[in-house]
Amino acid sequence: MPFIPHTEEEVRHMLDTIGANSIDDLFDEIPADLRSFSLDGIPEGLPEMEVAHLMHERARKDSNVHCFIGAGAYDHHIPAAVWEIATRGEFYSAYTPYQAEASQGTLQLLYEYQSMMSALMGMDVSNASLYDGASALGEAILMAIRAHRKSKSKKILVPKSLHPAYRQAANAIVKNQDIELIEIPFENATGKTSLDALSEYAGADITALVIGQPNFFGVLEDVDALTRWAEENNAMTIAVVNPLAMSILKPPGQWGENGVDIACGEGQPLGIPLSSGGPYFGFMCATQKIVRQMPGRIIGRTVDLDGKPGFSLTLQAREQHIRRSKATSNICTNQGLMVTAATIHMSMMGAEGLARAAAGSHDKHRKLVSGLSAIKGVGVKFDSPVFNETVISLPVENATVLEALAADNVLAGFDLKKDYPELGNALLVCSTEKQGDASIDLFVEKLGTLLAS
Amino acid sequence: MLIFEQSSKGRRAHAQSPAAMASLDDLPADMLRKAPPLMPEVSEMQAVRHYTRLSQKNFSIDTHFYPLGSCTMKYNPRACNSLSMLPGLVDRHPYAPDSHSQGFLSCMHDLQEILKEVTGMKAVSLSPMAGAQGEFAGVAMIKAYHDARNDTARNEIIVPDAAHGTNPASAVMCGYKIKEIPTRDDGDIDVNALKQVLGPQTAGIMLTNPSTVGVFERRIQEIAALVHDAGGLLYYDGANLNAILGKVRPGDMGFDVIHMNLHKTFSTPHGGGGPGAGPVGVSERLEPFLPIPMVDYDGTQYRFVTADDRPQSIGRLSAFAGNAGILLRAYIYARLLGREGMTRVAEYSTLNANYMLKKMKAAGFEAAYPERRATHEFIITLRKEARDLGVNAMDFAKRLLDYGVHAPTTYFPLLVPECFLIEPTETESIDSLDNFIEAMIQIREEARNEADRVKGAPYTLPVRRLDDVKAARELDIAWKPTE
Repeated sequence: MPFIPHTEEEVRHMLDTIGANSIDDLFDEIPADLRSFSLDGIPEGLPEMEVAHLMHERARKDSNVHCFIGAGAYDHHIPAAVWEIATRGEFYSAYTPYQAEASQGTLQLLYEYQSMMSALMGMDVSNASLYDGASALGEAILMAIRAHRKSKSKKILVPKSLHPAYRQAANAIVKNQDIELIEIPFENATGKTSLDALSEYAGADITALVIGQPNFFGVLEDVDALTRWAEENNAMTIAVVNPLAMSILKPPGQWGENGVDIACGEGQPLGIPLSSGGPYFGFMCATQKIVRQMPGRIIGRTVDLDGKPGFSLTLQAREQHIRRSKATSNICTNQGLMVTAATIHMSMMGAEGLARAAAGSHDKHRKLVSGLSAIKGVGVKFDSPVFNETVISLPVENATVLEALAADNVLAGFDLKKDYPELGNALLVCSTEKQGDASIDLFVEKLGTLLAS
Repeated sequence: MLIFEQSSKGRRAHAQSPAAMASLDDLPADMLRKAPPLMPEVSEMQAVRHYTRLSQKNFSIDTHFYPLGSCTMKYNPRACNSLSMLPGLVDRHPYAPDSHSQGFLSCMHDLQEILKEVTGMKAVSLSPMAGAQGEFAGVAMIKAYHDARNDTARNEIIVPDAAHGTNPASAVMCGYKIKEIPTRDDGDIDVNALKQVLGPQTAGIMLTNPSTVGVFERRIQEIAALVHDAGGLLYYDGANLNAILGKVRPGDMGFDVIHMNLHKTFSTPHGGGGPGAGPVGVSERLEPFLPIPMVDYDGTQYRFVTADDRPQSIGRLSAFAGNAGILLRAYIYARLLGREGMTRVAEYSTLNANYMLKKMKAAGFEAAYPERRATHEFIITLRKEARDLGVNAMDFAKRLLDYGVHAPTTYFPLLVPECFLIEPTETESIDSLDNFIEAMIQIREEARNEADRVKGAPYTLPVRRLDDVKAARELDIAWKPTE
């Protein structure tokens, strides 16, 4: 009986104590007709050795690919120590720190995380994480609406150059609350959010403007101009950023005149493996002024009865377990284990290490783009500075390239056709610092051969 | 000491980043950071030592008995962790094509099938990233169903007063109003009160069964019929699925939509507060509305089902496929347990809870629902002790920590005063249970003879009781260097 420690003798003793004849008796309050069914569709249990065999087989099927896809999930180097420590039982199998005295390890770590995240974003405060970048955007929108006292419109301007899945997820989260997400187009030549298109909303009641950096295309937006536009038009600003990029790029707290109101995004580049898209973590930072509108857990430093410093969950009156239907959000968990890893990662890398990783990633990607764009017929789509990813245009159908290269286990990039048909045949390609030069050469060689034929 | 306070300028983990800083000359200077962020400057060993020592300050399932009611703190099998992190799985990009993802997709598909079967539902989506997100998805599907039928007058969701806070919070996020109904003294919801509030404005009801007070809702079939007759749908909060896994199926009870908490029932790690996973299962009438993505199998190939395949879907809730790594851990756990193992989960968690209930009653503690069977959990109320000895549930909880046990859930559900909601789970041996009961008896004895000792607990942990009021009033949530 896997994981059940009881011996027959113990079971008999326990039933005697209870005064029941069998374990089945303990279910006698449940109507009998609810208790008859078979579970034939579920396979029999297997010993660990056989499950290991099964999983190794399945893992092997998906192995040995050369992956050049970014599009919101990036394969950066993670020091070995990060996951060795994060999966220690004391972190891995601990619960939410509701009994603060028994959870000072997790609580202090989360306080350190909040500190690092605020510093990275150049913002005053951070929460202890949300589920992922996309849902963090949804929560940021709800927060902006709560926090903006003067705006009644519940209109949010969202660039089309923002990750399509983020826009879809935000829509799913806000659509039942009379909130309007208005799409702002990008300029065809540059891939940047169009300031002209934005000017149409000058003087209108806009609750918030969302700004991505880099945007989905890897393009670097004119964040100061965009932030100033929002400041001039009394709209709040929500930044959606790659946190690793913020180790070298100007962070949202320094955009425009006053910095943004809310900064959020996907924390995965900070020590989280690709893992098919999850579990990741969403981060959220804000100005001190609106901290009480922030969803999710927040850890505060305080003292104990002896005046010794300690940490506990704070501002809990925002949360579902206190406010119930009046809570700032229904959110209950944070992504504790992922934040644990990210905090250890950030400590181990430090500002210099993160900057070198970001620069190294950008540099590898430049090598990739340089090789690809040298192939006849392949071009760089946007005339703009980029970070880590580039949209390349192809002289043939996306599908042709993707399928041919996949046959050699080269995953050539993200197919933009579906979400951005106006770009024609274009792929979003990425390379991080972890990519081997041999892989890049292979990609360039295979594409060159394909297009020459 | 904070990690920041151990920094020394210029110190870093040299092995962990590229040997040199690559050029950024293709980026405009005004887009670059002027100054680096204030991060720790420590060596690799300092970081390892610091976080290892922090971990040692935590209680965890791996180190302590953790009978948190409704949280299902069962053993997290190590194989679930290591096998989900195998190369090929741990480094699979979420957008890798289906052709190169058959390993991962087959695990997801198999898990969908297992969860369908064990809950008696018709279809499952694995994508919600937590129980609360599953609740949101479930209520959003109820709304989509009524909207599709132009039944738009239905603007109320009914919730028992004992419900978990995420239930009303999720319903409000979907634009609904909440109607609360009372729970009776015997633990079942008040069916007469339910009849009063049902009507053309009813979109649905959210229930947990066994309920949050730890007992089985005996009239569930009647309740389902009443709600359905009024045109509403039934939502099942799967927080207590551990009590009935393999013994009763929510689909058979009449529920239209359920969410499961894989971080409870399927033993994925609690991780200090997450990540969870909250897959949803539905009856046939809600199937078109399931969130994407889902996984399909055509007999030879597995593939991701997308928005095009499911035009009526409520949409996607995450950027990718939800907490995939967590779903893998749950799948591995399900393969280790198998069908008999799942049934035994319910049997032995229920055995453990009933044993503890009997012994605690015998020791003179007051059960909140003395005439009822415990399911996988039960409630003790310490109101007598609070009244007679001046020692309340919070005090008992803190003193338990000194006895090497994590306290049970306290002050939830709200309608039982000074309560402990106790859930041992099936993976605890009789010794753990006996030790806990012995500790409670000793603490009560202390409370009789030396109440102040209990009220000042804990004494043996890294900190004494913390000043929560100060934490909220003098908000210090990020370290700033002192000048």
